[in-house]
Amino acid sequence: MYNSVGKRVPRYDGIGHVTGRTQYVSDVKMPGMLVCKTLRCPYHKARIRSIDVSEARTSPGVYAVITKDDVPHNLFAMVPDHHVLAEEITRYRGQNIAAVAAASRDAALDALARIRIEYEELEPVIDPEEAIKDGAPQVRPEGNNHLFDGNSLTRRIRRGNVEEGFREADFIVEGRYTTPSQEHAPLETCCTVAYVDAPGRLVIHSKAQGLYFAQGDLANVFQLPLNRLKFIGGTIGGGFGGMNSIHTDHIAGLLALATGRPVRFALTREEEMLFSTIRTPWIFRIRDGIRRDGVITARQVSVLHDCGAYTELGLYAVEKNANLIAGANLIRNLEVDSRMVYTNKMPSGSMRGFGVNVGQYAEQVQLDRLAHTVGISPMEIRFINAFHTGDKNHTGNELASVSTIETLQKVAAMSGQTLPEKYLAWSSAPLSPNTNSGK
Amino acid sequence: MSQILRFHLNGNPAEVMAGEAETLLDTLREGLGLTSPKCGCNRGDCGACTVILNGNAVKSCTVLALTVEGKSVWTVDGLVDGERAGEPEGGESPAPRSLSGHKLHPVQTAFHEYGAPQCGYCTPGMVMAAVAFLDRNPSPTEEEVKDALSGNLCRCGGYKKYVQAVMAAARGEFDPLPERSGRNV
Repeated sequence: MYNSVGKRVPRYDGIGHVTGRTQYVSDVKMPGMLVCKTLRCPYHKARIRSIDVSEARTSPGVYAVITKDDVPHNLFAMVPDHHVLAEEITRYRGQNIAAVAAASRDAALDALARIRIEYEELEPVIDPEEAIKDGAPQVRPEGNNHLFDGNSLTRRIRRGNVEEGFREADFIVEGRYTTPSQEHAPLETCCTVAYVDAPGRLVIHSKAQGLYFAQGDLANVFQLPLNRLKFIGGTIGGGFGGMNSIHTDHIAGLLALATGRPVRFALTREEEMLFSTIRTPWIFRIRDGIRRDGVITARQVSVLHDCGAYTELGLYAVEKNANLIAGANLIRNLEVDSRMVYTNKMPSGSMRGFGVNVGQYAEQVQLDRLAHTVGISPMEIRFINAFHTGDKNHTGNELASVSTIETLQKVAAMSGQTLPEKYLAWSSAPLSPNTNSGK
Repeated sequence: MSQILRFHLNGNPAEVMAGEAETLLDTLREGLGLTSPKCGCNRGDCGACTVILNGNAVKSCTVLALTVEGKSVWTVDGLVDGERAGEPEGGESPAPRSLSGHKLHPVQTAFHEYGAPQCGYCTPGMVMAAVAFLDRNPSPTEEEVKDALSGNLCRCGGYKKYVQAVMAAARGEFDPLPERSGRNV
């Protein structure tokens, strides 16, 4: 029946992996290749009073030193608000300020030490709940709160009437849930090899997970037409979402253009851990009304997403989170208010289900607490409130194919839980007055 | 200051210039152009750079190159091209072969057949850690295998299959384990 299910199917690239012949970007080597190192801001927030790279430019073995003034268009990322090389104000520790291309790593590090820079350290804001307060240090000139559609503090979902829902409830259950930041830590750190080829195209061996995203984004940074910018992808030594953001392609490309030589820019493990994009922290507050029979009558959710200093993929995560935070439950009275706040930390990237799994952690723990409150099992509350095919989800889309109940039945069987007879007879088929009574 | 370093690499004499602060990993990758040992952390934490030095699995980023003078170093390249080099056997053998047609070490075959590598970046180090371990202990318990691979990180999370594959290689599921050969010379 199936060609592959239950069978051992060798990977197409497996032989290369087990023989060590797979070529990763960090294995790409070219004649005359230069090494790139960057000067990173040592403060969470600072004003660059002055920067002088003249001595670094004459340092032995140095081919180029670049700052913001050498970047054709100094903004990048999916929401292009992130500076390739810092402007006057730096907004997170480790932000790139200047970059060197030199004949060796030692020569590049020597040159970095010769950059004369004067900082004024500024007061940062690190805690997202502090950052939303009036009078908090400003991460960005336009304020710390992201304004959705340019005017709203929150991304909102409204369904039914929560006040009516709470009146119908026998119990009110409130919970606060937080998730910390998390680094992808791919085993191969981020790496780029960039060079200008014979016909004059800028060629970038990239670890990007989305080559075309990066190509379009960086054509703008380099101010090159797409037909002069060639991206080469391939096998990457782990991404987990982290390589949806650009960490090295932009700077390596600029230095290849500046020097006419191949340039390699690889992050150290320390740089990858401390300064690349991460899964950023979230804070969830959920307030539920529930009847004695286990039906959730109302839910109010407030979300605070700590986006770090630049938007990167934070907005995308907020949208996904808001759409799914109420879970696989039919809740007729719902309010979701999601906020996104900027803090002086590394920006919010994508990471494995970004926005979704953090919310589901909160939602699933809350469901268990609801079950405990009304004295039913964690399984039962999920059966009672499950979506069925044909239901409208919380953003108003009709659900065409639902399998919550079947999944729960399978989970119960696999984990050795005995379900009451009636739940074994349920299915996710569209509800009619004769089935799944009580809803 | 650089000096000439002479050692045995995958069974053959090797000669290369190496600086006194240079690691064996850098010498292999930069000086000799062997990119199979990977750099994941450059501080001995991740195991992606594991090679076999005089019979022991070591993290080559923590070994100063000049200290291997006269010693024997094996990388994953040596498993197919050195020790096991030769024309492919005739017939329709189902055993997987290297890209150059050579027979694989049973550990490599097992890793491939069990689908242990995902991104593959940790794999050459995993292979060398497993080969060095089976050279010493060809009939291990699962706990011993886990212990032997505990210095090698896999961020894709493929540990279970790596352990299963080493056990399969040990019980000769694909090919019998070869003699310890010259790796501990």
